Amino acid sequence: MKLKKLTAACTLACAALLGAAAPAQAQISGDVIKIGIITDMSSVYADLDGQGGVEAIKMAIADAGGTVAGKKIEVLFADHQNKADIAAAKAREWFDTQGLDMLIGGTNSGTALAMAKVAAEKKKPFIVVGAATSALTNDQCTPYTVHYAYDTVALAKGTGNAVVKAGGKTWYFLQADYAFGAALQNDTSNVVKAAGGTVVGTVKVPLNASDFSSFLLQAQSSKAQILGLANAGGDTINSIKAANEFGVTKTMKLAGLLIFINDIHSLGLKTTQGMYLTDSWYWNKDAEARAWSRKFFEKMKRMPSSLQAADYSATTQYLAAVKATGSDDADKVLAHMRKTKINDVYAKGGYIRDDGRMVHDMYLMQVKTPAQSTEPWDYYNVVETFKGETAWQTKADSKCPLWK
Amino acid sequence: MDIFGIPLQAFLGQLMLGLVNGSFYAMLSLGLAVIFGLLGIVNFAHGALYMIGAYVAWFSLEKLGLNYWFALVLAPLVVGALGALIERTMLKHLYRIDPIYSLLLTFGLALIAEGVFRDQFGVSGQQYEVPELLQGATNLGFMVLPNYRAWVIFASLTICLGTWFVIEKTKLGATLRAGTENPALVQAFGINVPLMVTLTYAGGAALAALAGVLAAPVIQITPLMGSNLIIVVFAVVVIGGMGSILGSILTGVMLGLVEGLTKVFYPEASNIVVFVIMAIVLMVRPAGLFGKEK
Repeated sequence: MKLKKLTAACTLACAALLGAAAPAQAQISGDVIKIGIITDMSSVYADLDGQGGVEAIKMAIADAGGTVAGKKIEVLFADHQNKADIAAAKAREWFDTQGLDMLIGGTNSGTALAMAKVAAEKKKPFIVVGAATSALTNDQCTPYTVHYAYDTVALAKGTGNAVVKAGGKTWYFLQADYAFGAALQNDTSNVVKAAGGTVVGTVKVPLNASDFSSFLLQAQSSKAQILGLANAGGDTINSIKAANEFGVTKTMKLAGLLIFINDIHSLGLKTTQGMYLTDSWYWNKDAEARAWSRKFFEKMKRMPSSLQAADYSATTQYLAAVKATGSDDADKVLAHMRKTKINDVYAKGGYIRDDGRMVHDMYLMQVKTPAQSTEPWDYYNVVETFKGETAWQTKADSKCPLWK
Repeated sequence: MDIFGIPLQAFLGQLMLGLVNGSFYAMLSLGLAVIFGLLGIVNFAHGALYMIGAYVAWFSLEKLGLNYWFALVLAPLVVGALGALIERTMLKHLYRIDPIYSLLLTFGLALIAEGVFRDQFGVSGQQYEVPELLQGATNLGFMVLPNYRAWVIFASLTICLGTWFVIEKTKLGATLRAGTENPALVQAFGINVPLMVTLTYAGGAALAALAGVLAAPVIQITPLMGSNLIIVVFAVVVIGGMGSILGSILTGVMLGLVEGLTKVFYPEASNIVVFVIMAIVLMVRPAGLFGKEK
């Protein structure tokens, strides 16, 4: 009898112990952490993020030991083909049927805005790395969107101010005709006007146009000093190429508002030397970045873009938050991420604001001359560092209701 | 003097650029029209062949040190041989069944080629310098025209008219046309029809490659350059009339001009104007502007 009681007590105690432990285990839904990235894997922007971005995420997972809180980490990736409807449908499918815990948004602003709506509806963290539009942290901000790498306001403030300061007062814009181009043109126009410059005109060019010469001649006849390129990737490359060919560069200075290192690599230093650009990161900026980049290079045979470094950082920070909270609950993880400073290979002293903006330093860079470059991919001189808040939109200008 | 609020000079400049793009359209749609007109194959691999032509030019310059003028000969030969291989090993088996199968086959081949090149070279693409002889620009008074673009217009129009002449006006062309009209009879005269068919497909592929080499210094060489263009070129062929050789040349040049003007008056619509025209033409003349009703 006594023995029976003892056994019963023991069982109860064990059950209680197990019971106490069980919820802690159940904090990770589905016994696996699933991280997804939906980006352009095959078209104009694929080199900036794409397969390299997936690889960077895998590197972050490997560096975290492949598991977090004792659970396996999985990566899902998909190509949105630059179509917002495909991006949104894929995100919805993953949240509903795959138990996706966190979504990383790749290049293309149209797709990011669509996915942000889905993530907010599903109440899951959505970290935007590749998309530029500042709308993500303004009128379309949500409690679940974190805008991680850069945005059109920061690009405009960086390059826009630098060019006006150097004497470029009159601007003409070549604008990619979708959400991103419109945001970049608008934000840069505001900066140019505030700095005392004027905008004389804009031509809207369809995404992925095959020939830019016609638009460039229109820009040239505007007699503006500066040609602002509010486009990205292959479009920027082809417009710079045609500008050189048609002698537009003799009468106007080009201001590439969103230039990635991959663009410089494929255009070559001869064509791009002396150009100013703003970016959130550069592989050759310090020893830590260099060391990480060489590891990346071994896998991808090219140096990482700022976006790929940001993919690595976002994944690392998310996994750290899951580890610290022992949970994959979106609200808990995001709350932890918001109150933790970000210090890694990508950002130093970074933090996430209430509007979802990840605040970190931005860099104004100038493209080296062929003589200054000492090795392949050695392309930039860092001219100026925009520290913390100075790089980003101010609270006064913000249209995000969550940050008031 | 202004035309619809656009200074005459700018207007002429835009027409000139339209002519440059039009000559590319003409050259690509010509190859498609030859292949369709003589073989009845809707060659969706045409864009990929054009892309491969550009890559052959880049590869021979970077790795073999062969300059532009060699590439102009080498690329059509290489891609032509590739075309012959495709025809002999794959397309040949599809002549007796619905043309939709050859369409699907060539479309699949295009996707494979694109994927392989994307994997090897990435999408940002490669640079190809304008050859020394054609560097610089000429001031035409109303615009500064890069010499290379002038060369593109000259070269492609020469090639287009040459091809048209061979097919429509020579004995070889007559045999070709007869061979596709009634293969059994022509074969009975002792002419090797299957060889002729292979050479025709190879010829069409070579034309695409030549266009690729001509385009290489003007645009970034990327795996996507073919698929960006091929849909427009198909629209050109449909507007001109499937299979009409002269029709495809004229339509190519004309649509280049129309597109050029759209870029001035309403740039946002410049990538759809060709399709709007296609829809209208199909409603009014289903066989195309120069096609014959069957």
